[in-house]
Amino acid sequence: MAVTVKTFASASEAAGALSSDRTARYLGGGTLVMRALNEGDVAISTVVRAQDQALTRIDASGPRITLGAGVTFARILAERDLAFLHAPARSIGGPAVRNMGTVGGNLFAPSPYGDFTVALLALDATVAVAGGFGSRDTPIEEFLQARERQAGTLVLSVSCTRPASSEAFRYRKIARIKPKGGSVITLAAHLPVSGGRIAGARIALGSMAPTQIRARAAERALEGRSLDAATIAAAASAATEGTSPSDNALGSAWYRREIVGVHLRRLLSGQD
Amino acid sequence: MLELRKDIFADERDDNLKEIGKGTQRQDMLGHVTGTSNYFNDHKLQGMLHLKVVRSTQAHARIRRIDTTEAERSAGVRRIIRGTDVPVNLNTLLSLINFGKDDEPSLAVDKVRYKGEPILAIVADSEREAFEAIAKVKVDYEPLPAVFDVEDALKPGAPVVNETYPKNAFIYHDVYDHQRLRFGDADAALASADHVLEQRYQMSPIEHAPTETNGAIAAPDTNGRYVVYTSTQALFFSVDTCAKILDVPSNTFHFIGGTVGGGFGGKVDTLTEPLAILGAMLTGRPVRYVFGREEEMQYGPPRGAERIYIKDGVMRDGRIVARKIRAYFDSGAYTRLSSYAAVKCAAHLPGPYTIPNVYGDVYCVFTNRTPATAMRGFGVTAMDFAIECQMDKLANLVGMDPMEFRILNAYRDGDMKAHRREAKNTALIECVQVAAEKAKWPIRDEFRRASSRKDGGGSRAAIPPTPTESRARPAAPAQQRTSYDRAPVTATREPPREPPPPPTTPPPPPPRPSAPSHGATRFSSVFGTRRR
Amino acid sequence: MSKIPLQFRHNGRDVAIFVDGGTNLLVALRELIGDMTPKFGCGQGGCGTCSVLIDGELHLSCLTLAETVAGRSIETLDGMKQGPNLHPLQRAFADHFAAQCGYCTPGMLMAAKALLDRNPSPSRDEVIEAISGNICRCTGYEPIINAILAAASGRVSA
Ligand SMILES: Cc1cc2nc3c(=O)[nH]c(=O)nc-3n(C[C@H](O)[C@H](O)[C@H](O)COP(=O)(O)OP(=O)(O)OC[C@H]3O[C@@H](n4cnc5c(N)ncnc54)[C@H](O)[C@@H]3O)c2cc1C
Ligand code: FES
Ligand code: FES
Repeated sequence: MAVTVKTFASASEAAGALSSDRTARYLGGGTLVMRALNEGDVAISTVVRAQDQALTRIDASGPRITLGAGVTFARILAERDLAFLHAPARSIGGPAVRNMGTVGGNLFAPSPYGDFTVALLALDATVAVAGGFGSRDTPIEEFLQARERQAGTLVLSVSCTRPASSEAFRYRKIARIKPKGGSVITLAAHLPVSGGRIAGARIALGSMAPTQIRARAAERALEGRSLDAATIAAAASAATEGTSPSDNALGSAWYRREIVGVHLRRLLSGQD
Repeated sequence: MLELRKDIFADERDDNLKEIGKGTQRQDMLGHVTGTSNYFNDHKLQGMLHLKVVRSTQAHARIRRIDTTEAERSAGVRRIIRGTDVPVNLNTLLSLINFGKDDEPSLAVDKVRYKGEPILAIVADSEREAFEAIAKVKVDYEPLPAVFDVEDALKPGAPVVNETYPKNAFIYHDVYDHQRLRFGDADAALASADHVLEQRYQMSPIEHAPTETNGAIAAPDTNGRYVVYTSTQALFFSVDTCAKILDVPSNTFHFIGGTVGGGFGGKVDTLTEPLAILGAMLTGRPVRYVFGREEEMQYGPPRGAERIYIKDGVMRDGRIVARKIRAYFDSGAYTRLSSYAAVKCAAHLPGPYTIPNVYGDVYCVFTNRTPATAMRGFGVTAMDFAIECQMDKLANLVGMDPMEFRILNAYRDGDMKAHRREAKNTALIECVQVAAEKAKWPIRDEFRRASSRKDGGGSRAAIPPTPTESRARPAAPAQQRTSYDRAPVTATREPPREPPPPPTTPPPPPPRPSAPSHGATRFSSVFGTRRR
Repeated sequence: MSKIPLQFRHNGRDVAIFVDGGTNLLVALRELIGDMTPKFGCGQGGCGTCSVLIDGELHLSCLTLAETVAGRSIETLDGMKQGPNLHPLQRAFADHFAAQCGYCTPGMLMAAKALLDRNPSPSRDEVIEAISGNICRCTGYEPIINAILAAASGRVSA
């Protein structure tokens, strides 16, 4: 039995087809779905596509930006108004993967992937999911916590507020192969400053738990302080709190725990 | 001086070559840059079927039952091939040169010995249909204790990996469970050395990761023959292996290959051709069997792992007086080419150095890991890594410069090698000198003046008295049998322990060093004594 | 089995085929169109030897659902020669010994073309980035990088 491909003109029709068939998988850029099919994953027997223009729309003019779920990393890189997202977009795959892979697919990409989602988590993004009528907005953190259960729901877009300055948002991916490679760990930090002090810090980590997580203890260490050496040291030493990394071919859980604080310190102190 | 036998192939050789220093284009380059080079998979055949194998999920298990009822009914399935369908379902690659016993099935029958071992082959109209059928096959395993460590595998009571070699070691010439080198009295020399350094080294398996995965397409031709397009690195070797496994004359096959998308040693095992041809024989249609990337990386044979112990005795002045080596080559579950790798490993001892007392034991060990195969210098690479690490450490121990230390101990023309052959055309000293110069590494004048052609031979050409010891069939310790092994043990082997048990039969006389010459009786560590 | 009709441009020529659901573009090109220049190396996006250009953009054909290229323009190595002559990149690859087994070469050439079509005089780092999704197990990459830089600067044999 071959795979059935269902193509719809609108996102809502696609959402309907997805929710009614457990063997159906939505096709974004396909970099993970096609890979599974090629490797003989017989659990997928239906592939759902949507050719809805809305899914590939970028709205980057205002203070709040919105990326359609089908927006590729190459398109983000081509958009000058999205400069703050260029570092995470550039850190993904080689050029072909960036031409194909999408923001929506990245939300579902398991470790060692999902780098862009780390950035979105630090930016407190909102995920718009297709609901019964129109769409429903979910904070990204909630979305990720329930990711296993999200199978069958269609993501329409993600949106977030543009950081105040390039200093306020930082991203760092540790990989073994340069310039391309799966993540050993990925870090992103949003550090809004108000009156010289950090207010509302968000630090997100990739490959430190089954899904992307926030380093809450490190965030607390930053809150209300200025970004000086002592504060940075306190945040770095709290980096592993609440994490549960695992072993894979790129690094062991032990190694990840050892290095996360080091890289958080470098990220916060603006070191290369 | 190097002797060139110019009478051989005289009419095929141009003596006026002037190639060095200028580029010469590859003959296949135009094909490569235009994409017209034909690899095995670049053949589109009418009605081609696809073969995929069901692989063991267990590292070591008895197969109780294989249930294919559902798979047989699965859409697009043309044929399910079992071990019993393979005409000669036991082979070892080097049997073609009469070396080693048949020990590996094409499809596992009653036992699996490594994770990923092929159990069934499914021939279907499409890859997808083959995958769907695979998901419907039920294999009932009775897990057996597995062994993954070479030294554990040799311990008494270790699980028996491969019943052909019940002691988990390859047996050379029906007698020897390892390759042995004895030259001088290493133990005595170690006892009187100024420093002794003992170290353990190991190297993990290494996957060749060719860009093109292993594969073959076999198609029925006219006259009952089969055309086989293959990724093999060893075309004639593969032809003969297939002829043996499928029990037909080798002229049944028309093998086409030669354009290989990267081999590096990982495409000599003839893993895909026999099943592809058998599929074509059983269905009468062209059949393709290509490894997926995961299969290639996980179950394609790697360079075998090695564990090496080196114990050296060195004098304050930097001379190495004794080198004792114990090495274990991890063959995985089957022999393939590892028996030969262990021979090469032993033949390489003690490295390119003149050491008056050398003692080496090299084992080819079976474990429940993926069978290993050839890869660029296999058998020698890991040993060289170990020896050269050791050389640096020894130099440090005696406070010498590592380059000078190597020059001091390097073999020179006329020296006697531990294999009782005279060293000829040696050039290590010159290599080190050039390396030092290129690296702008200062070495002292006397070392810069040293030469491979000077100061060799003489006392360095002597074969030292070598204590004899047993190497034949001592009584073997009882080995614990797994529930699977019904037959009582008959083969015997000494445990790999020091010191060796007392002699029971005299060892064969040491071969006399002699220059190789055609027609002379030679002793080969692979074949034993034979005429060349 | 239901087949899906599919039309697209293949190296400047219109083609029409019928594909099975789930067929990837690599299989469609090789087995249905007979263009053997894109190769299978992994089917996972990891090696890049299946690289093709879709509307001028570098894509991995093994990860592209064939149906998604309906109406689009596909370029493969098969279309790179300029009439009877080699493309400067092909000449540069030959001149610089940038192929050994040749299996990565089709993908490398397409990745290089994607780069030079957009950026005719790239830096060395940009070349490295451009082929970072392509694996070569033989050459060690240096000859390939040098070949691409040579092609970019017009330093190729006639
Ligand atoms: C060679 C290679 C290198 C890679 N390197 C990286 C890397 O460095 N960093 C990284 O983060 N990732 C990497 N990836 C993984 C992957 O390419 C990216 O994560 C990409 O963002 C996935 O997006 P996609 O559109 O291709 O996903 P798809 O394959 O289309 O989908 C992935 C999953 O998400 C679901 N999905 C997709 N879109 C939606 C939607 N709108 N609504 C609901 N479900 C959806 C699919 O059903 C599927 O389960 C790599 C992949 C490859 C093959
Ligand atoms: S075959 Fe497509 S990337 Fe390897
Ligand atoms: S030339 Fe062999 S993989 Fe590149």
